Amino acid sequence: MNHVLEFEKPIVNLKEKIAELKSFTENSDIDLTAEIETLESRLSVLEDEIYGNLKPWNRVQMARHPMRPTSLDYIGKLFTDFIEFHGDRHFGDDEAIVAGIAYFKGEPVTVIGHQRGKDTKENIRRNFGMPHPEGYRKALRHMKQAEKFNRPIICFIDTKGAYPGKAAEERGQSEAIARNLMEMAGLTVPIVCIVIGEGGSGGALALGVGDHIHMLENSTYSVISPEGAAALLWKDSGQAQRAAETMKITSYDLKKLNVIDQIIPEPKGGAHRDLDQQSLYMEEVLKTSLESLSKLSNEELLEHRWEKYKQIGDYDLI
Amino acid sequence: MLKDLFSKRRKYASIPSEQSKMDVPEGLMQKCNGCNKIYYRKEMKKSLYVCPNCGHHHSMTAWERIDCLFDEGSFQEWDKGITSGNPLGFPEYEAKIAKDREKTELNEGVVTGKGMIDGISTAFAVMDSTFRMGSMGSAMGEKIARAIENAKEESLPFIIFTASGGARMQEGVLSLMQMAKTSIAIKRFSDKGGLMISVMTHPTTGGVSASFASIGDYNFAEPGALIGFAGRRIIEQTIREKLPDDFQTAEFQLKHGQLDKVIHRHDMKTTLFKLLEMHQNGGDKK
Ligand SMILES: [Zn+2]
Repeated sequence: MNHVLEFEKPIVNLKEKIAELKSFTENSDIDLTAEIETLESRLSVLEDEIYGNLKPWNRVQMARHPMRPTSLDYIGKLFTDFIEFHGDRHFGDDEAIVAGIAYFKGEPVTVIGHQRGKDTKENIRRNFGMPHPEGYRKALRHMKQAEKFNRPIICFIDTKGAYPGKAAEERGQSEAIARNLMEMAGLTVPIVCIVIGEGGSGGALALGVGDHIHMLENSTYSVISPEGAAALLWKDSGQAQRAAETMKITSYDLKKLNVIDQIIPEPKGGAHRDLDQQSLYMEEVLKTSLESLSKLSNEELLEHRWEKYKQIGDYDLI
Repeated sequence: MLKDLFSKRRKYASIPSEQSKMDVPEGLMQKCNGCNKIYYRKEMKKSLYVCPNCGHHHSMTAWERIDCLFDEGSFQEWDKGITSGNPLGFPEYEAKIAKDREKTELNEGVVTGKGMIDGISTAFAVMDSTFRMGSMGSAMGEKIARAIENAKEESLPFIIFTASGGARMQEGVLSLMQMAKTSIAIKRFSDKGGLMISVMTHPTTGGVSASFASIGDYNFAEPGALIGFAGRRIIEQTIREKLPDDFQTAEFQLKHGQLDKVIHRHDMKTTLFKLLEMHQNGGDKK
């Protein structure tokens, strides 16, 4: 398979060996079935060992995997009749964010997500999933509409961060992000956010103020990229692996820090190995979230949202 | 009133700029960061650290700011005892906090409370960039959120002076989440008709700029303050282009429609008073 990560190589090597033996057995009189079975059970152990003990940096690599499914991939699997809508009505349409409405289990929902490209050409069009202010304003426009028509909102978070560009600053990147944080706080419909890849800083959070926040097992969520943290903390962006550990950015870290609600498991080897299975895992969690949130009154929903964020943080009293 | 104080012409001890290369005696003299002229620190302090020659606004500590804004004796501090934990177990973080606590005599990079501006009560938060560069961690987020909640409970306006390099790296994602926490607090306050005034001082960047600093009912800044989301160096690396000198200054932000007004420090108190006075009937949902 393409795009094999360094730590996965023993698995790939063993798989190749098994394939070799299989084709040898098929094309000769010698029966190697017993050997193949031994290797296959060894493979299973090896996979559990490697994928069951991923280091934070390995998860960063998974989150950034070029084959990793994007928002639109999940939208296609989780919803029906998705219709994408464009534009912020002020400046333009930012394709680093997709937004629209669809059915989830027969109920209309508003779906919004950061959108990376699958290849260079699409990545340029989508600015590598790094939004400008108009992207966040488009998202907010759709959220307000969801509130008007009483549809739950589902956000997929998948960005390295808000785009650090001249035009983005001129058009108010700060205000666009801040406005979303503030307005999401007051929306009287359920908001469920799922981090599917990289959750980078304020640019991720601007789609991330919700009632339930979930993370795919191998996604990350952080205030700064490991490279950025390493450059700031140790003046050496080469220490990104160390920063990935120190900064506590994995789904397991965020669960421990009480920032997220649930870790959504990934198929062995990552979401990109089995999009269908991954989508089933997500569907289950999304269904449970929406069911429990739909029982709350508007007041309860907003109070619960405030209580959720109010308790995040760690400070001392002296 | 402050403005009257400054309309009287004051004599400033200024030394020609050729001498600015000389060592500046610590504590006694202060060199202007704008024009390099040297002043007696005492004189600079009297002008609220605004250079009498070029108008450059120098940083103030939170307490200096509070002293020059609020009526004498009207001030009450909130949550003084909130200080940072070390949630990630970050190496040397506690030592750094301890050092800044000693240096600044603050427990965190923001002072919150309530006080009066020419007789009108208001809640406030004043950030101090000398404490961990005014970076926002859990303690700062908590203090600001509580101050906003108090303002809501007591039906007071809320004024914030921001000064921050952005997120507190050592608290990782918890630092990021303070943006959400404070913004939700503002939403709740605003929905009750609360008046929020944000005054951005040098520097207001990153996560602070992209949360409470930018969502006041009025967003102001001091002249020359650096205000923006991403850092200049990162932007230059990303777009491979040199940015203009005035990029991300208060004046630049004003020109691009991101600020209501740039306010000279000497006019700050009178302007805030006027605004508070004009909003005394409060929002309609109080
Ligand atoms: Zn000067």
